[in-house]
Amino acid sequence: MDELPIQSGDDVVRVRQHVRTMAAGNGLSLVDQTKLVTAASELARNTLVHGGGGVARVEVVKSPNGRTGIKLHFTDSGPGITDIELALRDGWSSGTGLGLGLSGSRRLVDEFELDSEPGAGTTVVVVKWSR
Amino acid sequence: MDRVPIAKIGQTLFVSIQIELQDDSVLQLQEDLADEISSTGARGVIIDITAVEIVDSFIGRMLTMIGSISRLFDAETVIVGMRPAVAITLTELGLSMKGVRTALNAEKGLEILNGRS
Repeated sequence: MDELPIQSGDDVVRVRQHVRTMAAGNGLSLVDQTKLVTAASELARNTLVHGGGGVARVEVVKSPNGRTGIKLHFTDSGPGITDIELALRDGWSSGTGLGLGLSGSRRLVDEFELDSEPGAGTTVVVVKWSR
Repeated sequence: MDRVPIAKIGQTLFVSIQIELQDDSVLQLQEDLADEISSTGARGVIIDITAVEIVDSFIGRMLTMIGSISRLFDAETVIVGMRPAVAITLTELGLSMKGVRTALNAEKGLEILNGRS
């Protein structure tokens, strides 16, 4: 499992590039690569902007039926999310964005898990499977 | 942070994004374009994103805003060269890019701008 820091805009770019390389190298189609990298970009930005920085972890996973996938973990120790359901709604934003980061990235991946508690940080785990 | 260069040809500003976009570069481009349009009186802006591998909600919003800003200076912005995978992803993400013109390529973009005058 590869671990990448997210402390700056350059780090967000590095996360995108690493996810792209891993997705391309593990059989994801061009469209699926683009969706996963876009989701990674949204989530890495969230980690930086809302979580005050954190880490991204990237791993290759296998499904029981033999498909290969890319699993991404984004972890921060920021203020956390008070109302997760609200945060996942289209158009809801705590800041100046469009509110598509979380809800939109959930649509771009096959599996999406969000763990957060006020004061205890946020972890988002996503998986995109090859077809 | 890398900076995106702007070229002026006639009444049109050309921007070809050839770098991996980070948020600060897009914000800088927005400022640079506003300065350039207001100082040159350009009537049109073509932004070529052929080389751009992903457009996320931030980048998409900034490109749309460039369209709105240029309109305040009576200039039209056309985004050209979007990759098919980017178009599919943007749509699924929920970003409509409403408010900014798009065209298949720079040639079609220029046709839109020329048809306007």
